[in-house]
Amino acid sequence: MTSEPERPVWTRRHLLSLDELTADEIRFLLDTAESFKQVSTRSVKKVPALRGHVVVNMFFEESTRTRTSFTLAAQRLSADVVEFSEKLSSVKKGESLRDTARNIEAMGVDIMVVRHPAAGAAQQIAESTACCVVNAGDGQHAHPTQGLLDLFTIREVKGRVEGLNVAIVGDVAHSRVARSDVAGLVKLGARVTLVGPPTLVPRTFEALGARVVHDLETVLPEMDVISMLRIQSERISSNVFPSLREYVFLYGMNRERLARCKPDVLIMHPGPVNRGIELAADVADGPNSSILRQVSNGLAVRMAVLFLCQQASNAA
Amino acid sequence: MSTLLDKDGIQHTLRRLASEIAQQAPRNAQVAIVGIRRRGETLAHRLLPLVREAGLDGIQHGAVDITLYRDDLTTIGPSATVRKTEIYFDITDTWLVLVDDVLYTGRSVRAALDALTDLGRPQAIRLCVLVDRGWRELPIQPDFTGLRIDTEPADNVKVRLLEVDGEERVDLI
Repeated sequence: MTSEPERPVWTRRHLLSLDELTADEIRFLLDTAESFKQVSTRSVKKVPALRGHVVVNMFFEESTRTRTSFTLAAQRLSADVVEFSEKLSSVKKGESLRDTARNIEAMGVDIMVVRHPAAGAAQQIAESTACCVVNAGDGQHAHPTQGLLDLFTIREVKGRVEGLNVAIVGDVAHSRVARSDVAGLVKLGARVTLVGPPTLVPRTFEALGARVVHDLETVLPEMDVISMLRIQSERISSNVFPSLREYVFLYGMNRERLARCKPDVLIMHPGPVNRGIELAADVADGPNSSILRQVSNGLAVRMAVLFLCQQASNAA
Repeated sequence: MSTLLDKDGIQHTLRRLASEIAQQAPRNAQVAIVGIRRRGETLAHRLLPLVREAGLDGIQHGAVDITLYRDDLTTIGPSATVRKTEIYFDITDTWLVLVDDVLYTGRSVRAALDALTDLGRPQAIRLCVLVDRGWRELPIQPDFTGLRIDTEPADNVKVRLLEVDGEERVDLI
């Protein structure tokens, strides 16, 4: 085989947020994910790329989708996977995050996938260990793999990201998904509109390069993609939130609103869906919805992330 | 540096390889030609019409990317670009010709064999290479050889193809 000395696009050992990535790095990652997508369609759903490597899922917060997705992604790369959950760990005995991470590292772990309620937790672990660290959601800060799988899904369905009108609707202020989506979308040249009540979508978000709008109805006809954020139950009782009925009335996506959109509008949701709140059941299950496609794509994107970070680590 | 094959030389060699493939292909099996990305893929693509001209029709074709199956993944670092394997037919029970540009250590072919095995179980796999430069590290030998040359390990056999490199020749550097 003739080897081609190409300048590597991806040299990062960690994926902590999309803010730090260039548009080229994001595109390279999405291209790589496309190659990984087909692995899941074969009869042998496994490649030997991370054979002999250990991935630990460190989840300090509830998650089914993301955790399962990372576990499967690691397994499809032939890595060994260790599940760590806060409830069953020494964290309950008062061990610090840094100590927990360093102890797990000492067992010979290569990649740590970290979900934590505090912003910056993944970064802290990246700084205190020699492992590759992938942020699987930290507080209200970032959820980069969700942002990437949303970009991947948009690109797959629409053929491009650049120039598309994308609305993100709901509790933007408290959403790490929204932050990662905005960062990725803006970098790839989409026009992003954030929609929701002023308490949940403050004007300060314009600094991220997005437009802020409080009236959903007016923007519906121009949108190519509408991503509905999950309304978190603990937020509903707080004073930043209107009454649930009012929210559904003003910002819920239903059949009537869908009829005012472009016929090929893509309706996205990071899950889990509150049916009848941010998304009516018939829209969630309808032809415009990409909810399950997002979940499948998440696997390919996470395989690409684990693979590329480990590759960069090998080279370092 | 010396040129081993020029444009005509490559074309002539491919034509001979195609006729050998057409001759040896069993009549009772689906024939498939699969190239190793990227130059093997290009060569496989060019072999198709030539094999057809040599009298063998109905051939399936595809391309296999071996990046994820390489045994040096931990040392080559981030320069490896993962491309798609594009084999959109069932390879089980086919008589499959695997095509690459240069056969050297045999490790690429080993990786390709593993990748193919994960996709199905061909009746047989045959190996077709444009250049065999020796220095095998694994017990792998070609069934169809365009050109066999003696080299030193420090030599570099560089295949350049129009579709990939914008020029067409094989050099010994």
